[in-house]
Amino acid sequence: MVHPADGPDAVPGPVLPPSDETSVRTVLDDGEIHRALTRITHEILERNHGSAEVVLLGIPRRGVPLARRIARRMGEVEGREIHAGALDVTMYRDDLRMKPARPLEHTEMPDDVDDKIVVLVDDVLMSGRTIRAALDALGDLGRPRAVQLAVLIDRGHRELPIRADYVGKNLPTALTEKVRVQLTEVDEVDDSVSIVGSSGGGAA
Amino acid sequence: MKKHLLSAGDLTRDDAIRVLDTAQELLGVAQRPIKKLPTLRGRTVVNLFFEDSTRTRISFEAAAKRLSADVINFSAKGSSVSKGESLKDTAMTLQAMGADAVVIRHHASGAPHRLATAGWTNGAVVNAGDGTHEHPTQALLDAFTMRSHLGTDGGVGQDLAGKNVTIVGDVLHSRVARSNALLLHTLGANVTLVAPPTLLPVGVDAWPVETSYNLDDSLEKADAVMMLRVQRERMNASYFPSAREYSRRYGLDTARMNRLPEHAIVMHPGPMNRGMEIGADVADSGRSVIVEQVTNGVAVRMAVLYLLVGGATNDEGEA
Repeated sequence: MVHPADGPDAVPGPVLPPSDETSVRTVLDDGEIHRALTRITHEILERNHGSAEVVLLGIPRRGVPLARRIARRMGEVEGREIHAGALDVTMYRDDLRMKPARPLEHTEMPDDVDDKIVVLVDDVLMSGRTIRAALDALGDLGRPRAVQLAVLIDRGHRELPIRADYVGKNLPTALTEKVRVQLTEVDEVDDSVSIVGSSGGGAA
Repeated sequence: MKKHLLSAGDLTRDDAIRVLDTAQELLGVAQRPIKKLPTLRGRTVVNLFFEDSTRTRISFEAAAKRLSADVINFSAKGSSVSKGESLKDTAMTLQAMGADAVVIRHHASGAPHRLATAGWTNGAVVNAGDGTHEHPTQALLDAFTMRSHLGTDGGVGQDLAGKNVTIVGDVLHSRVARSNALLLHTLGANVTLVAPPTLLPVGVDAWPVETSYNLDDSLEKADAVMMLRVQRERMNASYFPSAREYSRRYGLDTARMNRLPEHAIVMHPGPMNRGMEIGADVADSGRSVIVEQVTNGVAVRMAVLYLLVGGATNDEGEA
């Protein structure tokens, strides 16, 4: 799916018709995504001295499979089963009133978050508004000791003072371009990250 | 989804499943340490109740408050209505106060429809029971309760295709039965209405349901049995010879409950007349989901309010 912002990722947008003006450039293939997630997993473990205190929460939709993958790798390293949760932020968004009400995604907590280190996982970080909403949602669920953020892609263009602790790849982009993340679990195609840019500058 | 919720018949299958799935997610809010979502902050929900109601009103009130809406309760008793104010003037007053949603219960069938279409208010109108016409949120919460018990894996995304639902009692005066018949039909369930002939409405043969005068016939195949309240306040004509006879023929006692299939659930929209349409031991049995219906009611009403006024509304110029 195409991300107009790191905003309403949860809403499956219309699939863009292939057009001559639109160029699609693949930035990460499945092997590179795999390696990036493995590195992030180790960084999380290193920074937090193991997985004992860590609760992984993916932000729907594509953050959830990413969090599950990190949890699986973390489990392999730590030698125990680790489950990732999902945190739907729809009800906390600041742009709810700009569109008709959208369907909710599933929220599930693998564990109590009180006094834990919560690592939020999302696919693309842009404006930071999704993460702002996630922090508010988390605050209603408990009081974590610390909250960290892992993203597969950081594409800049921040609108809020938010930064990621773990980044798969920094991807400087123009606002007219879109970053498209595809994951097997959600999109039923091979994993990839690509930049979709229109040469005319009039994005989609 | 439409702008208002006036009739269960207005909901398409997809609309109904969307409400139920949204309610499923919102049900979790009640288990959280902070039972509140900021979604309707700054929105005003008016509960406009021209008829006595406890559970529906507090259910709507709890739902709106859990979504952080401002709630104004307006009941006809002790208000300007008792001084003779018309529905129009009341509605225009609420409009002047900026109501985003109006939840209305009225003794006249069609009052919510009038309110929604007359242009007196811009808010979304939710029918919380009008006369003997409809009570769509009750039907939604009943469907939600059935789905969570009879569906596979909690029922998310599913309808009620092929389920047999028996609705027993005063169908004539029951807005719950009307809304349930429409919604359950939309969701693919087979509805059987069981009542004495005097308590079945004229024209019931045009409804998408089967009818029967005999409760015992439909027990063995029922997945859910819904007992309707005998509305004593409406029993001013001789609809049946005596309460005792009604209870014998149409009441759900333990013997009848034991003839239901193992998985079947017993429902009642409340308030119950214990010993009349439902036996006390049946109401308190493990089969009974009556208390759960109340819990689910809050989640379903949250879902309805969220879907109607949680996003862009008309006056905010939808993109």
